[in-house]
Amino acid sequence: MVEQTEVTLDELRHLVSERALTGETVLLNMGPQHPSTHGVLRLLLELDGETVVNCIPDIGFLHTGIEKNMEAKTYEKAAVMTDRLDYLNTSGNNLVYCLAIEKLVELDVPPRAQAVRVILAELQRIASHLVWLGTHALDLAAMSVFLYCFREREMIMDILEMCGGQRMMSTYFRPGGLWRDVPAEFEDAVRQFLRVFPRRVDEYEALLTHNPLFLERTRHIGVLSKEDALRWGVTGPALRASGVPHDLRKAMPYSGYEQYDFEVPTHTEGDTYVRYLLRVEEMRQSVRIVQQALDKLPYGPVRSNNRKFVPPPRSELGHSMEAVIHHFKLWTEGFSAPAGGVYVAVESPRGELGVYLEGNGSPKPHRVYWRTPSFANLQVLPLIAKGHLVADLVALIGTIDIVLGDTDR
Amino acid sequence: MGIEQKLGNMGVVTMRLEDAVNWGRTNSMWPMLFGLACCAIEMMSAQASNYDMSRFGMELMRASPRQSDLMIVAGRVTRKMAPVLRRLYDQMPDPKWVISMGDCASCGGVFNNYAIVPGVDEVVPVDVYVAGCPPRPEALIHGIMTLHEKVRGEKIKDWS
Repeated sequence: MVEQTEVTLDELRHLVSERALTGETVLLNMGPQHPSTHGVLRLLLELDGETVVNCIPDIGFLHTGIEKNMEAKTYEKAAVMTDRLDYLNTSGNNLVYCLAIEKLVELDVPPRAQAVRVILAELQRIASHLVWLGTHALDLAAMSVFLYCFREREMIMDILEMCGGQRMMSTYFRPGGLWRDVPAEFEDAVRQFLRVFPRRVDEYEALLTHNPLFLERTRHIGVLSKEDALRWGVTGPALRASGVPHDLRKAMPYSGYEQYDFEVPTHTEGDTYVRYLLRVEEMRQSVRIVQQALDKLPYGPVRSNNRKFVPPPRSELGHSMEAVIHHFKLWTEGFSAPAGGVYVAVESPRGELGVYLEGNGSPKPHRVYWRTPSFANLQVLPLIAKGHLVADLVALIGTIDIVLGDTDR
Repeated sequence: MGIEQKLGNMGVVTMRLEDAVNWGRTNSMWPMLFGLACCAIEMMSAQASNYDMSRFGMELMRASPRQSDLMIVAGRVTRKMAPVLRRLYDQMPDPKWVISMGDCASCGGVFNNYAIVPGVDEVVPVDVYVAGCPPRPEALIHGIMTLHEKVRGEKIKDWS
């Protein structure tokens, strides 16, 4: 099993320029183990001195076979796999998968569950952006921002742990609602976070926004034009920084996003610096959404009581034969979904995260296809990297915010 | 712990060479900056403000395998990654240790399919396994302290 295939220059002929074959330019391998590739991305670089002539991403080092694995599990149990796709946006992955199942089998979600989903998805967006900001700044040699960002991220992790019992892979969203109601301390913890967080964002901005070193490294670097962004299917902050105000939370609202008042920050320059500004602004907007959702968090059940799809609560099993039957049926066989396919997409921190779910009448999905934003966004890296220095390439990998688990699945 | 107890304070400390070397090795273990998947994020958390792994002399993650002596396999190892991982391990100078962080690296975890190596111990020898999906930063720190304990117990004859 442990054998590495060697690639000859001849096999790369169609990828590199003519100058590489004569030895005028140098081929250099970057990754899969590299501090700045944000995981196991491998880049084959063709360099003229220090300038990038060609950049060829080689992905698949984290190909996990999640899509195939999900076909072997029942609908509810497959939800566990979704966390592991984009591991910075675990709640968002759960959310899109649950929305797809709910659309496929026409399951209702109580309003309280929807509001909690929005709160947690937005907190997860903030946590994801914090990891992005910390590592992006780290790549550009600003070490302290990383420590600041992870301090606030821990607050969010504590909230997620409080709800789902796990810091990252909580699988807290289930088809038809939530696994259980949020604990009593939830509201206070989120309010505490909302109280301190806007000031902390100011702190990050004080460190970076007007920092000449940071400006030097990010301004006019990796400009992505509006046309190119649209042509390559770029979504999320990278698209919005290029001047297209497309956000699925506004364009195709789900989970009651239409009730919340928030803005979609947009810039037109399309360079690394405005992508930074945009994500910082998105964190502020997420705070607004969480605030509104928390203020009008309704009381009531957190999971649908459609017993054909949602197991009965433990308390009912002692006195209801019907509940025992449903419990047994749902945990052994699972529920069946009708034949047919649905596509549902949500706005993940990285862009449009979609899932195409196809049922065939059995309790297991026939096909699960993930449209992951990192995969589409990574395609523009060669485009925006051309002509920049190797040192800038590090900034560019950071700015398109890829998660390799999301790219390779 | 030897002669100075009998002769009083002579300004010197005597100890076995083994203990001195092992003490040195445990207190400045340089892990390789090498994240694979989800666990890498928790590994970063363990390094960051709240958990602060520098308390164990481990704040310096080296990006090059040539400069590191601890490989933390943080995440799922795919069949495509396994040869790369082995090469990185071979590039590390002796003495070297491996921590398998998380369920995927230890046994394949929730993935039982064509793409994932069912345990990184098929590729490299593992010293400490840390359970969890992903393990909490405290669990990783516990794993590291377990490794330290193991290193402290090493004998001269094991060094070669």
